[in-house]
Amino acid sequence: MKFIEPHGHMVSRTTDDYTKLALSGCMAVCEPAFWAGFDRATAAGFYDYFRQLTYVEPARALKFGLRHYCWLCINPKEADDPVFAREVMSLIPEFLKANNVLGIGEIGLNKNTRNELLIFEEHVQLALLHDLPILIHTPHLEDKRKGTRLMLDALANFPKLAREKVIIDHVEEHTIASVLDQGYWAGMTLYPDSKCSPNRAIDMVELYGKERIWMNSACDWGHSDPLAVPKCALEMRKREHSDEEIEKIIYHNPIHFLNQSPNFARDFPTLNPST
Amino acid sequence: MPTRKKLLDLQFIEARHKLIELAAFLDRIDRHSGPDDERLQAMQAVLPILLEKNPGRAARILDGLSDMSEEMLESAPFQGAFGAPMNHTPRIS
Repeated sequence: MKFIEPHGHMVSRTTDDYTKLALSGCMAVCEPAFWAGFDRATAAGFYDYFRQLTYVEPARALKFGLRHYCWLCINPKEADDPVFAREVMSLIPEFLKANNVLGIGEIGLNKNTRNELLIFEEHVQLALLHDLPILIHTPHLEDKRKGTRLMLDALANFPKLAREKVIIDHVEEHTIASVLDQGYWAGMTLYPDSKCSPNRAIDMVELYGKERIWMNSACDWGHSDPLAVPKCALEMRKREHSDEEIEKIIYHNPIHFLNQSPNFARDFPTLNPST
Repeated sequence: MPTRKKLLDLQFIEARHKLIELAAFLDRIDRHSGPDDERLQAMQAVLPILLEKNPGRAARILDGLSDMSEEMLESAPFQGAFGAPMNHTPRIS
C-alpha cells in the first residue's frame, strides 16, 4: 500500500529507516523544520540546518527512491527570543527558492508565551506574503489545549488566510473538533508514549470522518517510529476499514493538501540502485 | 465496523495490560516516600472519568490533564512539559 510520510524529521534518522520506509510503500517524506534536541547558539546554525533540509536530505532520500520535501521556519521552542527568531526568519526567503520547500512550518507554540505567539503571527504573515501553505505544531501534553485555542484565535485575525492551506498537527481528542470545525486540516501524530496511538487515531477517523485529516509519525531523534503510519494502516485493516479508506487517509489526503504547494510534484521517483 | 465482540477479541488483553500497569504504578508510587506532586493529584482526579457512562472519556481526561489557565507569560521559564499542569515552576533535572 502506498503512503506519504507527511511529517518526519529525517535528518535525525538513519539510512536503515529510509530503507524501511521505501520497503513499506512510502512514496515521499516531508520534513518540517524543528528543534534539534538542543538550542542552536547562532542564526548561522539555522543557515546550515536549512541547507541540510533543502539540499542534503533530498539527495540522501533519493538514493532510496524517495522524494524529500521540507518546510521552513524557526520552531517554537527556539522562538521565545524575538530578536534571535527574526534573525533566523530573515534567512528563510533565500531558501524558499529551493525546489523541495512546501511552505512555512512547523510553526506554533511551545509554552504558550506572548513572545512565541508574536513570532507565530510573523510566520503566518511570511506564508501569506509568499502564498504558501502552513504546517502548525501544537504544544505538548498539558500545554496543547491552551496553545491550540490561542493559535486558532490568532489565525482568525488573518482574514486573507485560506484555512484549507493550513494544517494543525498533533491533534488529540480534546483539540480535533475545534480544528476541523474552523475549516483547517488536522494532523494526527502516532507516537509510542505521547500524542496519539494508532487506535486513538482510528477512533478519531471514525468519529470525525476522513476529510481534511492525515496521519504522520513525526519521527525524530527521540522515541518515535518511522513506520508508525503503515503500522496504523494495519490496525485500520484489523478494524475492517477498506483498503480504499485506508489509502485515502495515508496517501490521497496528504497529496490533496500538499498539492496546494507549487513545489509538490506527484512524479514520485522509482527505486533505482544506479541513482 | 467490527462488532463489540470482535473489538474485545482484538483489544481486551491490551487494555487489561494497560489497566494493571496503571494500578501497579499507583501502588509503586504509594510505596515510595517524597513530597506530593501535582501530576499524581491530576491523575487521581481524572480516574473517575473511566467509570462514566457517556462517551468522550479520552477528551475529558485530556482536558483534566491540561493547563486551563487564561493568562500568558511574556517568555518561557523552561521548555519542557510534564503531563499535567504544575502550580510552581518545576526544577528541570
